Amino acid sequence: MVSVGVLALQGDFLEHIQLLNSIPGVGSFAVKFKNDLDKLDALIIPGGESTTIGRLLTIKGLDVGIREFVNSGRPVMGVCAGAILLAKNVVDRFVGETGQFTLRLMNIKVLRNAFGREKDSFESEVFVDILGNMKAVFIRGPAIVEAWGDAKIIGFIDHPLGRFGAVAIERNLIAVAFHPELTGDIRLYKYLISEARR
Amino acid sequence: MGLRLIDSYVYIEKLRNLIYQLLEIRDEMVSEGVERHSIKVGIPIVKLGFISMFKGGVIMDVTNEVQAGIAEDAGAVGVMVLDKLPYDVRMAGGVARTADLNVIERVMNSITIPVSAKCRIGHEWEAKLLEEVGVDLIDESEVLTPVDEKSHINKWNFRVPFVNGAKSLPEALRRIYEGASMIRTKGEPGTGNVAEAVKHFKLVTRDISMLRGYYASKDFEAIWIYCKENNVPYELALLTAKLGRLPVVNFAAGGIATPADAALMMWLGSDGVFVGSGIFKSGDAEVRAKAIVLATSYYDDPETVAEAQKMVSENVSMVGIDIRRIKPEELMQSRGV
Repeated sequence: MVSVGVLALQGDFLEHIQLLNSIPGVGSFAVKFKNDLDKLDALIIPGGESTTIGRLLTIKGLDVGIREFVNSGRPVMGVCAGAILLAKNVVDRFVGETGQFTLRLMNIKVLRNAFGREKDSFESEVFVDILGNMKAVFIRGPAIVEAWGDAKIIGFIDHPLGRFGAVAIERNLIAVAFHPELTGDIRLYKYLISEARR
Repeated sequence: MGLRLIDSYVYIEKLRNLIYQLLEIRDEMVSEGVERHSIKVGIPIVKLGFISMFKGGVIMDVTNEVQAGIAEDAGAVGVMVLDKLPYDVRMAGGVARTADLNVIERVMNSITIPVSAKCRIGHEWEAKLLEEVGVDLIDESEVLTPVDEKSHINKWNFRVPFVNGAKSLPEALRRIYEGASMIRTKGEPGTGNVAEAVKHFKLVTRDISMLRGYYASKDFEAIWIYCKENNVPYELALLTAKLGRLPVVNFAAGGIATPADAALMMWLGSDGVFVGSGIFKSGDAEVRAKAIVLATSYYDDPETVAEAQKMVSENVSMVGIDIRRIKPEELMQSRGV
């Protein structure tokens, strides 16, 4: 049994929990306090508003907890807002430097609202190394525009605005710019779970 | 001689072959990286998915970019730009219209979180203009003066998602049928009194429990009668009965003024909260905004909600209006049913 936690401060954590529950051999847990992390093998930081989740992370010391969790070698997947929160460098297409709180765990640069506002949100297909083609929903989605050090972009989206990074990995961290929980594709979850088993 | 039916069969066969050939060409171009995969915008999953990201969060009414900045810093998941806060709309009287597009644009350019704005009930063109300037969510709102009491906007025609108010389940399901991607309780806006929001939320929940009971006992006839009596589309009533909740995200709105108000609405089962006049009509807007965000996220932990409630002072809460002192013709909740 692999225990996967989903950060449940704000956002669509319920969709992740429901999807995890459909995978045999996986138990899922909502995470709101630092000690909720203790029993977990892996963690998902879901979509939502990255500024909101970032602010809430610091109030109960969950930021410290997640950094320790990552240092212990256990895998963490950040989806959309979660990917922004993992990144060391964040800029916004409209506002520029956001100066927002992030966990600064991954050597990636993320461009927020990379494809525009909600009316430009879209469904398309991305190609991810090893996993193949994937239907992907980008909701005011970010793009992974740079990766350095051990970080590597392994998934791409071809958009009229250009080719952007959609999935990046670095050691036990995964950043995903789109929403696998909305299309029900469990391949990224299985990847996270296999990392947890290692 | 005219076209025979059999000719159209041959034509359809040819058409199919043509489509297959085109698909093969597309696949080839995609594999060679010449052609990009299609980019689908404005489809239901993109609209409903966006709304789903608001869950557990607070959307705050603001009238300018300074207030919008305060809301963003406090951890709001979005702002709603208005010309006047609902309390001031109530006091000013006259016709309330959509906000100044210039102000909306200034707000959009100053913050990173989603920006919503209200249009009048039935005013397709205010909505089209909001979509044009790039607002992320449109509230077809009873706070503004309706232009069509009989019919709401056909929201399926828009790329931008809509939220509508409802004070009962039938109202909510009618709005979803018209294309709303999100529902909020109506409450009684601009009163600082959460009583009506509580009432509306419980009414919706009770009707859902009833439908769920009918479904559990396979009493489809009872669901059908409910639909006929309440003017509700059957497919949506059945979906609600199966799900045991509203089929779209459901926020609380109307009169939320304190962290405890927000926690109460979350505990009753709402997916998040709108705070209208409650923040910027109080004497401690910045800290109150933060406190309401905290209480909404941790609504199920009394210790944290108490911590949030201690951040604000009841001396500077919005004074509020007792619902019994408002004349029936001044109630906003009875607009657009």
